[in-house]
Amino acid sequence: MTMPGSNDPTLGAVDAHGSDRGTDGALDTKASKVYEVTTKSRRGSFRAVWWRHALALLALAFALFPIIFIVSSAFNNAGTLSTSGLLPTRPGLRNFDALLSDPARPYWTWYRNSLIICVVATAGTLVLGAAAAYAFSRLRWTGRRFGLLFILLVQMFPAVLAFVALYITFANVGVVLPGIGLNTIWGLLLVYLGGAMGGNIWLFKGYFDTIPKELDEAAKLDGASHARVFFTIILPLVRPILATVAMLAFVGLWGEFLLASVFLSSSDNQTLAVGLWATRNADQNRYFGQFVAGALLASLPVVITYLLLQKQLIGGMTTGSVK
Amino acid sequence: MSQAPPTRDEANAALRSLRPSDEDHLEFGQRTPLWVQVVKWGLILLTLVVLGYVAQQLIEAGHWLMVSLTAFVGICVLAVYATRRAVPAKYLLPGVVLMLALQIWPLLYTVSMSFTNYGAGHLFTKEESIASIEANSVREVEGSFRYALNLAVPEGADVATGDIAYLLTNPDGEFFVGTLDGLEPLAPEGVEAGPTGRIISAPGWTILTPQEVNARSADLADFAVPVLNDAGEATGGIKQVGLSEAFVGQPTRVHDPETDTITDQVTGTVYTPQDAQWVPEGGEGGALPQGWRENVGFENYTDAFTNPTLRDGLTKIFIWNVFFAAFTVASTFLLGMAIALLMNDERLRGKAIYRSLLILPYALPVYVTALVWASMFNQEFGLINNIFGMNINWLGDPNWARTAVLLTNLWLGFPYWFIVCTGALQAIPGDVREAAAIDGAGPIRTIRSVIMPLLLVAVGPLMIASFAFNFNNFGLIFLLTEGGPFVGGQAQIGSTDLLITLAYRLALGGVTPNFGFASAISVIIFFLVAVISYIGFRQTKALEDVN
Repeated sequence: MTMPGSNDPTLGAVDAHGSDRGTDGALDTKASKVYEVTTKSRRGSFRAVWWRHALALLALAFALFPIIFIVSSAFNNAGTLSTSGLLPTRPGLRNFDALLSDPARPYWTWYRNSLIICVVATAGTLVLGAAAAYAFSRLRWTGRRFGLLFILLVQMFPAVLAFVALYITFANVGVVLPGIGLNTIWGLLLVYLGGAMGGNIWLFKGYFDTIPKELDEAAKLDGASHARVFFTIILPLVRPILATVAMLAFVGLWGEFLLASVFLSSSDNQTLAVGLWATRNADQNRYFGQFVAGALLASLPVVITYLLLQKQLIGGMTTGSVK
Repeated sequence: MSQAPPTRDEANAALRSLRPSDEDHLEFGQRTPLWVQVVKWGLILLTLVVLGYVAQQLIEAGHWLMVSLTAFVGICVLAVYATRRAVPAKYLLPGVVLMLALQIWPLLYTVSMSFTNYGAGHLFTKEESIASIEANSVREVEGSFRYALNLAVPEGADVATGDIAYLLTNPDGEFFVGTLDGLEPLAPEGVEAGPTGRIISAPGWTILTPQEVNARSADLADFAVPVLNDAGEATGGIKQVGLSEAFVGQPTRVHDPETDTITDQVTGTVYTPQDAQWVPEGGEGGALPQGWRENVGFENYTDAFTNPTLRDGLTKIFIWNVFFAAFTVASTFLLGMAIALLMNDERLRGKAIYRSLLILPYALPVYVTALVWASMFNQEFGLINNIFGMNINWLGDPNWARTAVLLTNLWLGFPYWFIVCTGALQAIPGDVREAAAIDGAGPIRTIRSVIMPLLLVAVGPLMIASFAFNFNNFGLIFLLTEGGPFVGGQAQIGSTDLLITLAYRLALGGVTPNFGFASAISVIIFFLVAVISYIGFRQTKALEDVN
């Protein structure tokens, strides 16, 4: 969101008096005195909070040692679990070479499959979720309240509990429509899209409700259709929630394992989650280097997303999404 | 909500943009622009084409109920998008169709499956089981010819689970497909055959490799193609000999529809239907492997609560499951809150850096972190034993495995609570703390009596959500321990199993899948989580009232 500062009337008043760069220099000395006091109190405050830093560093050590282990094992040329430690013994890129040139484990294919599934399903989540939220927040129709409650109720039954039914259903679908049966990324994508409308309806509707209704009414008086209101007025104003939901959906799908492992059996159709799991299980010691190298590359999109867009993600977390 | 609602300025800007500008006086008065119309009708047409294709495939396969459902969806699309009526439906239809097909149908199917015995040995209808038994019992008639054989599954079906079919070539070079439904001619277009006439590739079929055939030897042993007469009654069967030949023969086991029994003409044994299986009369010998699927009422549920072995195993898993979820919520919350309190000091600098780094365990995908932790717990080479000079059999001993699971989940989950508590702490007004200090409360007392109750009200619902999530935390358990270790001769019930990992193993993990029982467990889990969440929400409500 933009900062409200630019139009703040109090700031304007200060500006009208001119800046604090006074001609007599009195203000300058005052400012430097203030500065001195601040640094002093800061120095003093470090003495007061050093133990907080010490404990925080301890927490950091706990949080980061497995991650350091991942990074150093990925660059450990020996490439086995027995030679991996917190520091790489012989650093190099051999694990990455092995990972990307293994004909039995098509890593880039997995990467591509994961990207296709996550990008398309995220886009679907935004389109279906925003459209449904518009219907529930802006349009008036019978059954609106019941519909909303019903959708929320259905979300109580997580997809992981229905995996047997999904497995058998898609085994049968595959016989008639081979393109979306078991062992295809499109079938899995469809399953993910099943929850696209309902999964985030609460987050969406809550935000849609904060947009003043006067906006749509004014537009309607000017002759705008419902579609026009949706696409040109509402959608630009709800961009923050679109960003939040997009990231939550992407990160959630990127890490999804159960349904992906139920659906995808042949290595050309697998996602990173299933492929990397199979890589490590092939031989826990020998393929460990290859596995961590792949895991490191697989983590990059989500870690970068988290670090760049912490604000939106934290917003989503505090409204009830659990990984 | 963390996102600020749009500011008044933004709203005004949006309003301004609506006012007709000088260049474009009739912005809303004019008709819908042409390109919008083109896109709209293009999408409608595309949807109808896709639905038409689906319907055509369904007609070929003879699924008439699905054909009419597809047609109904097509009519809905036209009624909603091609007219000016039903405005809300325009925004809801695609989402609702997907929800009905992929959330509600699986839900209903799970519930209905939980009342059946669907699983290994009970995969077919009763008619199919009779046909399969008769076809399987065939003996080669002397002097009859043999087919050249290859094995295949329908294209697109999974080679490990798809329905097996015989691809057959008779001595005259004609091609056939043999399935449980009988023998059908195969159009010779596009079929490639080897020198013996054996089919090498055929459109619409995936030929199994020798390894894949080997992997399905158990399925193949029970498989045979019934030969039907004009009335649709099985008169014999086609059965494979070795890997590349099949013979036609006469059945030795025959079903008598009048008495509903199967008689083995070689041994003279009579099999009667009982518990969805063919059981020998007099109780001697085993039942035939081909049983059928039938409704068993509440048997799966009553079994879970009354069968002693099942009940003990399930009780053990249930207790561990609840403990795992509750301990995870408590431990991750306490550690996350402690760190949030630690960082909740205005004088502390570098908070943004700490926060970015502390969030990393939560940011990494769980399949990465759980598998890496599994490797770190390796007894011989693992980092944890190496660093601390221990030799603990982390994943092989039940109690150490449970410790490992809890430790890993603490690591995975505390950043979430750290972030949530940081936000909640900032929302607690400073004067509350001041008031506590004036009343003489020390820091510990302030946290315990003032901060904690306020925090719990704010994060209570999130704790319930976290509990419900961890109750079904399949990913962590499956990737870290696969439910193991399995001790004391137990093959089905592992020491770290959750109900959901048990259901997974029952349904898909072994050679004898039991879909019915696995579905019953899913339904039980749903009710447990629903009840626990309901009680939890009532508690947080009560807490709110106190404040």
